Amino acid sequence: MSGFLLNRLSQSIVLLVIVSIIGFTVLNLMPGGPLAQFGLDPGMTQKDVERLATQLGLNRPLWIQYLDWAWRLLQGDWGHSFRDGSSVLAVIGRHLLATLLLMGTSTAFAIAVGAWIGIRGATHRYSLFDYCATVGAMVALSVPTFWFGLIGIYIFTLKLGWVPAGNMYTIGDGSVLDYLHHLILPSLVLSLVHVAIWSRYMRTATLDALSQDFVKTARAKGVSERRILLKHVVGNALLPMITLAGMQLPSILTGALVTETVFTWPGMGRLFLDSLGYSDYPVVMGLLIFSAILVVLGNLIADIIIATVDPRIRLG
Amino acid sequence: MTEAKTASIYSRRSALQLMIAGVAGLAGSNLLGQPALARTSPAKPTGRVIVGLGQEPTVFNPLMVHIEVDDGVHFSVFDALFRIDPQGVIQPNLAVEVPDQKNGGISEDGLKWRIRLRDDVRWHDGTPFSAEDVKFTLELITNPNFRSWRTAGHALVRDITVISPTEISWRMEEPFAPYLSFLTETFIVPKHILEKEANPNNAAFNQAPVGTGPFKWGQRVPGDHLELVANPNYFGEGPHIERLVFKYIPDLTVLYTQFKSGDVDLVGQPYITPDHYGEAKTLPNRVVTLVPRTSFESFYLNLERPQFRELAVREALYAAIDKEAIIQGLYYGVPTPTETFMPRQSFFFNANLPLHQFDVNRAGKILDQAGWAKGADGIRAKSGVRLSFTNSTTSGDPLREQVQQFLQQTFAQLGVEMKISNLPAAVMWGEFWTQSQFDSVIVGSSYLIGADPDVTNRLHSRSIAVKGGRGSNNAQYTNPEVDALLDKGARTFDPEARRAIYSRVQELVRRDLPFLPLYQSNAVEGLKKGINGFVPNGNTRTESWNALAWYWAS
Repeated sequence: MSGFLLNRLSQSIVLLVIVSIIGFTVLNLMPGGPLAQFGLDPGMTQKDVERLATQLGLNRPLWIQYLDWAWRLLQGDWGHSFRDGSSVLAVIGRHLLATLLLMGTSTAFAIAVGAWIGIRGATHRYSLFDYCATVGAMVALSVPTFWFGLIGIYIFTLKLGWVPAGNMYTIGDGSVLDYLHHLILPSLVLSLVHVAIWSRYMRTATLDALSQDFVKTARAKGVSERRILLKHVVGNALLPMITLAGMQLPSILTGALVTETVFTWPGMGRLFLDSLGYSDYPVVMGLLIFSAILVVLGNLIADIIIATVDPRIRLG
Repeated sequence: MTEAKTASIYSRRSALQLMIAGVAGLAGSNLLGQPALARTSPAKPTGRVIVGLGQEPTVFNPLMVHIEVDDGVHFSVFDALFRIDPQGVIQPNLAVEVPDQKNGGISEDGLKWRIRLRDDVRWHDGTPFSAEDVKFTLELITNPNFRSWRTAGHALVRDITVISPTEISWRMEEPFAPYLSFLTETFIVPKHILEKEANPNNAAFNQAPVGTGPFKWGQRVPGDHLELVANPNYFGEGPHIERLVFKYIPDLTVLYTQFKSGDVDLVGQPYITPDHYGEAKTLPNRVVTLVPRTSFESFYLNLERPQFRELAVREALYAAIDKEAIIQGLYYGVPTPTETFMPRQSFFFNANLPLHQFDVNRAGKILDQAGWAKGADGIRAKSGVRLSFTNSTTSGDPLREQVQQFLQQTFAQLGVEMKISNLPAAVMWGEFWTQSQFDSVIVGSSYLIGADPDVTNRLHSRSIAVKGGRGSNNAQYTNPEVDALLDKGARTFDPEARRAIYSRVQELVRRDLPFLPLYQSNAVEGLKKGINGFVPNGNTRTESWNALAWYWAS
């Protein structure tokens, strides 16, 4: 096990270095840069722009900028945002909770509902339910989320007045009930896609388990269908889901770009879009490294869990 | 005494002018002087106004480099020496009077400035404000380690002397009249807090500012909103609302939706999009009006491109632009056609410029006479130069993209080829723009700093960045007469004399057409009925320039 971990760790470090070099290069090669937003300011002279570039260290050779950034990162200094001057970790921390709330709720909902739909679709294969679930999943996957979001706001906010038009809470309220009220629409819209994904995976995995020999043996021994499903099928079908969950972990914490924008949700997804729009290099790089670490961690945790619950798999 | 002075900034005359400007519906009682105000505004600050913004304010040290959307916070938390009113007249704020050559505040040669300050101002933490703060502020701006915003004008200041806590003087390296306007956007920061900071760029103050303004810092939820609370000890009028909230709503359709649903009380920058204007006007319990902005939209040319060197080409292209069709057909009638970069609410606006007339036939004749004949491919050419160019603008702006396609078709009829090549904002306004790497662009921006008519930065031949200049004359426009006028205007303090100078500048620029003027933009401003005291001010960059006067009808 320790050999496995050591191996994984060294792989991860190489991966992070590669990701950071590519990210840094691509980000800096994009013409314009963080000072372009002042290009139309009538009072900002060319001299002012050059002064700021020097103060921010932007006119040094790219490799020096990278090494400087990487060296500071190794010492735990993630840098400061160009936009508001606060430290990158603080910026990430402020947006993390909002994303965790939204993505956590919608993912938990999606896993529960998706798994149920998937299992039921597999046991009632080619039934009306199965067809509806399949078509529904295709629609949910092919229609862009922002469209669902805007339609949701139109119907449930403007026409029916049931839920608020976005925001995480009412300014000046902020009670638990208020948060929940605001959470309903965006988490449902967001989970549409996730339900679709989970139900499809779960259906395939269940069908796969149903066709295994041990199911046939159980049936031959006269075990009830219900017991077969709960005891033998679901457990086996959930194994690949653990890997899927591990791959989803980063997205739970890095947020949903579009949904957060439509619903005015102050999460990580919007932070990323905004930082990219303003070419806020330190924050964009921070988010990149943060999500790369999450990807590594997510997969690692999934591997360990699978090895723990499935005696057939051994790490090393 | 000083209190009455501040309140009377908004005279009956100014109220009348506002009505003429067509915004009478928005003019609150604060325009009518103190008595009316005392009758209707609450005795102590009550209620809350939520301003919806399409960009997030993130810079709260008003001296640091920032964008338009941060201005609303600065105007509310801080004070400058002066403020500019909706008529473009400079009024005292922290100063007790506006210095000029008549009252001796500015010496005859324009070099010595002396400012008298109020004695009744305190910082939000209770410390008295004094001339030392002004000195500290002016020095911080030119501190080479400080990431300051604009340094133009400030860089000319020498020998700052604190005469007494309420009086300060300095010497200018050269006479520079626009500096008075620049000072209306230079907010004074507290010396006693910032002088302790080793690095002013990362000071705690920058995240929780302390000012002298009508609102104190409350709290900020990054990515979501920030809240200011009333400063009950404010020296001037107001504030009348207890809390002022700036809410960040990144999607403009959602911004409008939240205004419609009532989550947002007042729509701030970038305001209601033109496509929602028609519907917004019909909303119950909302006041929606067009408010003139300083931003000027033009078909901007790179004069160093051989296609555009000849005036005839520029005149022909201008004649081939159907402005009225664009404004009515594509922009829902929101912007106002214009012939100049000077906003019409400016004191220096020249209303007598020749009016544009759309006439493709005339455009064709101009080109024929100038010797631009159609080649085998249907495109005009002269001495080996084909009349073909690219046009760029910020991608993802559907209205401007439609304008481009519309112009492309008209120009094609004329035998002119226009190719469209749009770029994301972060790329477009970087070197592509500042180093004149474009053929032509459609651009909307203000030409004025504060409300000063000085456009040296935009039109002087010394300001061409790609030729080593220090400004943003990216059209590379060169006219010695304009240069001389701009130099003279910057040294002239008398407003009437300056009006003549800048009228002539506008005339010359209209004649030379370094850019084809399209329209002056108007903000579709929306607020809930019941908000009183809201006054738009096209001479500032923000709708929240005087949130101190807002109050809810009881």
